[in-house]
Amino acid sequence: MIALLVRDMRLAMRAGGGFGLGLAFFLIVSTLVPFGVGPEAAILSRIAPGILWVGALLACLLSLDRIFQLDFEDGSLDLLATAPIPMEGTVAIKALAHWLVTGLPLTLAAPAFGALMNLQSPGHYWIFVTLLIGTPALSMIGAFGAALTVGLKRGGLLLSLLVLPLYIPTLIFGAEAATRGTAGLSALTPLLIMAGITAGSVALLPFAAASALRINLR
Amino acid sequence: MSLWEFANPVRFMALSGKVLPWVIGLTALTLIPGLIWGFFFTPEAVNFGNSVKIIYVHVPSAMMAINIWVMMLVTSLIWIVRRHHVSVRAAKAAALIGVTMTVIALITGAIWGEPMWGTYWAWDPRLTSFLILFLFYLGYMALWAAIENPDTAADLTSVLCIVGSVFALLSRYAVNFWNQGLHQGASLSMDKEEHVADVYYLPLLLCLAGFVLLFIALVLIRTRTELRLVRLHRLEIRERMKDA
Amino acid sequence: MEMKVDNLSVARGGVPVLEGVNFTLGAGQVMILRGPNGSGKTTLLRTLAGLQPPLAGRVSADPEQITYGAHADGLKATLTVAENLRFWASVHGIDSISAAVADFNLQGLTHRPAGNLSAGQKRRLGLARLLVTGRPIWLLDEPTVSLDVASVGLFADAVRAHVAGGGAALIATHIDLGLQADTFDIGPFRADGVRGRSGQNRDGYADFDEAFT
Repeated sequence: MIALLVRDMRLAMRAGGGFGLGLAFFLIVSTLVPFGVGPEAAILSRIAPGILWVGALLACLLSLDRIFQLDFEDGSLDLLATAPIPMEGTVAIKALAHWLVTGLPLTLAAPAFGALMNLQSPGHYWIFVTLLIGTPALSMIGAFGAALTVGLKRGGLLLSLLVLPLYIPTLIFGAEAATRGTAGLSALTPLLIMAGITAGSVALLPFAAASALRINLR
Repeated sequence: MSLWEFANPVRFMALSGKVLPWVIGLTALTLIPGLIWGFFFTPEAVNFGNSVKIIYVHVPSAMMAINIWVMMLVTSLIWIVRRHHVSVRAAKAAALIGVTMTVIALITGAIWGEPMWGTYWAWDPRLTSFLILFLFYLGYMALWAAIENPDTAADLTSVLCIVGSVFALLSRYAVNFWNQGLHQGASLSMDKEEHVADVYYLPLLLCLAGFVLLFIALVLIRTRTELRLVRLHRLEIRERMKDA
Repeated sequence: MEMKVDNLSVARGGVPVLEGVNFTLGAGQVMILRGPNGSGKTTLLRTLAGLQPPLAGRVSADPEQITYGAHADGLKATLTVAENLRFWASVHGIDSISAAVADFNLQGLTHRPAGNLSAGQKRRLGLARLLVTGRPIWLLDEPTVSLDVASVGLFADAVRAHVAGGGAALIATHIDLGLQADTFDIGPFRADGVRGRSGQNRDGYADFDEAFT
């Protein structure tokens, strides 16, 4: 399983734009929002946690279709399905690789990009913590969506349509926790619920995604 | 004779063909009088005005929108566990009706909301939940439409329906947490503590029954069509195989 | 180690293509699968490999003993030859890839990215992958596509060595590999697309059709 993780990480780095593309997209969103909303610092700092969350979520969405699609096309997925690793493990490892390549860099960059939107302290801390806890759920839910659409020729748009509604609870609790934390209010409840969603997704969705993959390989 | 025998497409087609005219008749007998009673023979409410009459469409369609998703969840589970073709085709048929009901509920809600709250849309938990439900319906139907092989599509949409139900429930909870709203609570409840006077309540019950019957009629018609489509797909493949 | 196929029916896209397939593949045996294009060879191999469920019948073999090699080699263009092989080796718990590299004459290529290889070299790498799975039963779908005569010879040698060591191979191919092999023709088992051989329900749709006829 570690071999699979190492391979996926290596592929992401060699393919170019593994780390970079999502981050660049995130940076562009963080730049465009002030252009759209206006440069008033007060407004920007109020919406900053939410915008950072939505930006991170969309950046995460960009690379989802690559989780299984390339392996499906070149036959690796067939071979992985017959390998000694259970399919659920393959899914979990691939979601983890996606998180390491997308979610983690976004989490690390978000506090810095917050400066563009006048994010006030302790907002930096809260945006980091909420994304750190929430982005694994985004990768795992995304892997499930990618597993559903892996056999389709133009699955990219459909993938967004399927995955975005599933992202709603994570987004609501994550952005709510970040906003409350930034405003100096207690953010413990939304944070704990979001942690619960992440834990539940990581524990259960590999099974759903693995069954979807098996159906698609038939 | 077990209930599952009706899951056999043969029996289903035969039985549904016989039942269908009766269901359509009953629908007409409940829905039309219900709506006429509601629209023309109920007094105007003191603080609601004429606009209150939209509840005879709004409330039943909103109820159906949710219940149809629950029915889809049940029939999807039946497909996954017992692989009855009728079951999953019924889920597909119901989605089409469910999304229509959701749209009707949203639009009638907006029309009603304007005179009531002075706005067509508010990010109220109930309204938001229905919008989210609409998105879930869209995703479910888009997945059906995208996959060519009927069995693969049935399997994948069933998995999506089950996972989606969990997330839809989570969304409902999340939205409540996110914003406490201005929508009045459910106007109908089974216990005696009624919010609505009998003059409005009775035609509303009739409309509710009418909508349920209408759904049953539509879902039977659509399921029959879906089953025929599957058969058509099979026949096409067989013809191609004979040629090959 | 033996793969016994018992009254197997396989389907492609829900439609039966082969029915009542029976054969036994024993240790040390090479079996060549023959049949015209589109007759269901790939579907049969994928079913045997456990990638899709059979419509009827059973395959008695531990899935952990089977490896499947198809048209797509599962190679990553940006990884080197050695990295590709080492990955599949470690997935299957094998330590060394040197034997596989030597058997398919890949020594000079180990540091080249797989994307830079010629079609024939890629194919050799894909076949070398079979050796690093350590699994006894090989199910191969057109393994010699784009191989030159010398490489076909290397492949035949690898198969010979594999079965001599107690392995077995079921190979769908159109060319003569020069191997001591049995031939299994799937022609007689082709489904006619309308009615089952035995006349009984072959799938969930059989009674479906009667609803309309």
